[in-house]
Amino acid sequence: MANRLTQFGNDLYTGKRSFNFVGGRKKWYLIAGVIIILTIAIPLLRGVNFSIEFRGGSQFQIAGVENATTQPASDAVASVVPGAVSHVTIVGGDGVRVQTEQLEQSESLEVASALAEAYDVPVSEVTSSFIGPSWGADVTRQALVGLIAFVLLAAIIMALYFRTWKMSLAAILALIGDLIATVGIYAAVGFEISPAATIGVLTILSYSLYDTVVVFDKIRENTAEDAGPESRRTFAESVNLAVNQTLVRSINTSVVAALPVAAILFIGAGVLGADTLRDISLALLIGILVGTWSTVFIAAPLYSQLREGEPAIKRHDQKVLKERERAGGATAETAGALPTPA
Amino acid sequence: MAAPSKRSSRPTPVRKAWRSLTWLGVIIVGLFAINAAGVIWGNGSWTPKLALDLEGGTQIILEPKVETGASVSQEQLDQAVSIIRQRVDASGVAEAEINTEGSNVVVRIPGELDDQTRARIESSAKLELRAVLLADAATNQAIDSTESPAPTEPAEELSDTPTAEPTDGSDPAWITPALQDEFDNFDCSTLDEAATNVAPADEPLVTCDVSRTAKYLLGPVEASGENIVDATNGMIQTQTGANTGQWAVNIQFDDQGTSDFAEVSTRLYGLQGQTPRDQFAFVLDGAVLTAPSMNGVITDGRPQITGSFTQESSKSLADQLKFGALPISFTVQSSDTISATLGTSQLQSGLIAGLIGLILVVIYTLFQYRALGSVTIASLVIVGLITYLSITILSWREGYRLSLAGIAGLIVAIGFTADSFIVYFERVRDELRDGRPLVGAVEAGWKRAFRTILASKGVNLLAAVVLFILAVGSVKGFAYTLGLTTIIDVVVVILFTHPMLQLLAQTRFFSSGNPWSGLDPNALGAVYRGRAEFRKPVAVPASKVASSSKEAQKRQTIAERKATAGVGTGSSEGKES
Repeated sequence: MANRLTQFGNDLYTGKRSFNFVGGRKKWYLIAGVIIILTIAIPLLRGVNFSIEFRGGSQFQIAGVENATTQPASDAVASVVPGAVSHVTIVGGDGVRVQTEQLEQSESLEVASALAEAYDVPVSEVTSSFIGPSWGADVTRQALVGLIAFVLLAAIIMALYFRTWKMSLAAILALIGDLIATVGIYAAVGFEISPAATIGVLTILSYSLYDTVVVFDKIRENTAEDAGPESRRTFAESVNLAVNQTLVRSINTSVVAALPVAAILFIGAGVLGADTLRDISLALLIGILVGTWSTVFIAAPLYSQLREGEPAIKRHDQKVLKERERAGGATAETAGALPTPA
Repeated sequence: MAAPSKRSSRPTPVRKAWRSLTWLGVIIVGLFAINAAGVIWGNGSWTPKLALDLEGGTQIILEPKVETGASVSQEQLDQAVSIIRQRVDASGVAEAEINTEGSNVVVRIPGELDDQTRARIESSAKLELRAVLLADAATNQAIDSTESPAPTEPAEELSDTPTAEPTDGSDPAWITPALQDEFDNFDCSTLDEAATNVAPADEPLVTCDVSRTAKYLLGPVEASGENIVDATNGMIQTQTGANTGQWAVNIQFDDQGTSDFAEVSTRLYGLQGQTPRDQFAFVLDGAVLTAPSMNGVITDGRPQITGSFTQESSKSLADQLKFGALPISFTVQSSDTISATLGTSQLQSGLIAGLIGLILVVIYTLFQYRALGSVTIASLVIVGLITYLSITILSWREGYRLSLAGIAGLIVAIGFTADSFIVYFERVRDELRDGRPLVGAVEAGWKRAFRTILASKGVNLLAAVVLFILAVGSVKGFAYTLGLTTIIDVVVVILFTHPMLQLLAQTRFFSSGNPWSGLDPNALGAVYRGRAEFRKPVAVPASKVASSSKEAQKRQTIAERKATAGVGTGSSEGKES
């Protein structure tokens, strides 16, 4: 007894079933383009919500409060710094978070003790942070430097490994799309852009390329096997078959990678209220899904498109198509430039 | 080891498998031994140290304060770190962590931080020695605010150039009309707001003393705090060695400082009587600590500051002189006081959620891969074990601390780890679909999967290394865990997952293709039969059939697919996309 996904995998492997990832590429490019434009536009229109690490300010957190309401916190802040604007949120049911403008060190200590008194907890239970406005920017600048260095190095290494810069280019273009979409969707959800989210986005680099490398490795294998004069597949068809053959793997790996992340997001952060975890895991979850999607729908078709123009491949494709026309005359069907099973 | 081994002549894959498993055993036992040695003889522990966000404590990030355009050298930063470390150690705080991140200095101190230590760290100032040109009682702020409606604007532009070129640091020619005016109108209460009360070393400085009771106009820098080797407090002793009961601060300069100071003291001693020009000021962070007058020519680089000191005030001044000598000054960029409770509750949430996530992974894997799933689970357990041991050892040897982001990273990375097993299993299944027997499929699948795993994990490792080198703060910790688990993943897939499959391929349960094994060739639709069926309706030249049947990899053509695929491809695509 094969379960349905196994059967599905078998069919994809033999080609009995095939999704036309390469052939339908215009459609996928269009979808990706729309997503990217939307994910840039929405946060621009709504404004991006930067966390306190980027804005600068003072933040207090009190855990394990019996009666978590916002009023005592506002009062406590007002009692120390009259007229200060405080932003109070209840975190995970029994935690209180207070954000204010930047306070002096002495004021900050006073606010901490006023908060401790207001919520009847020892002062040691009050976490206070003072964050200069340049902190988040510093982290981000370093992260961006890291990102650029990584992309360049990865591009070189992939070009060497696959022995063609075109695979490298396709993978990197898909990766950049992933990053834009991940950041955009994250911002569109309305979460704060925090250093933790930055970490999540950086991890996506690693995951997205990992996924692409696995699929490209199969493509490399298939196109190498299909390159001979014996082959009866066009280049695009070889690529498409490879993607289909690795589809079950793609689904399985992204499910397995996404499950713990989703658990951390929905249970850890959603129910139990862990902030850092929430930011990281949301960015990761979006990134994993987007990364898997883009490998199959963008990176592989893009690679095929980059190679199809090469004279040798063009010649081969034409020969294959001509032969097929001759053989296929019996079935009274003409094959298009690309397989169109759908 | 899991299964009993028969010693008789075995086929090579099995012997190789046992060798790999033995190596894995050696690695695990070795890690245990290192850790145990650490616990017994070192100050190791069986649990990794926790970072501040989980343990509670204080983190202060200091940003170098430099004149615009100037940059801070790594050397200066390193020197600053060692001075701040001295300061923190002097306060008796154990296990403080002080290092640079980018161009910032980060101080992490577990537990609660008392105000004194905080002040000592934050007064991370630059110590300068300047000659006094003018001194006066501080302008009283209260009088200022009640009197004169507006600060009197100078009627005309005051000259900024000295009348004559100053010859030395005490030359009154430094005092230009503009400077005189600034001095006259200087309000000591503004000293705090002017966060960067720094004048270039070769320019005069207008400032007040730390208690805001006197204001000074100082000459250019004559010597810097870096030239102070040591500063101690002690009782003044008479020539005969008798104790006078008076406290003083003893300073010791290095060679450069000695010669600089000899020159200054000769000059100032010559100005005796012309107060305040016989005084020299120790300026810390732009404020005058003390401005004693020169009572003699000091050429040995060991001046003594006397006055109405108590033991405490002399100790405090000595400390400030000794540890105040930072090569650069800093502003506090961020300061976090973290309660341990908050971290602990977040840690619990994270661990519970992570555990649930991993259980879901186990369920999914068993559903997908049946008995084979148990190999994945066992592999994950071993990855987890080695990761835990490695982190504990690193935390003991390298001071690695596990943060909340690090734990999230670990949970996520363990999820990523399962990928390599899936890549491998899918390859084995592919080989079975091509009609290979199980033992051959395991070997052939491994050959191909191994290449893919190495390439893709190499990219992962690259990301981790680049981020670790270039990123700061928690990003670094995250990159570290990601890199570590990537390496462990590859080790485990080579030394455990693959050997286990080699061994399992020998068992009846798997080799007979039991439906529950996850490697049932029938369920996988081993391709031979299928292809024969596809091929029938299509007229293919005999030569082609021969050539293609030779090659298992060559599957049916597009035309054949068309002939058979009419069923449901369109609808299933709609479902999937």
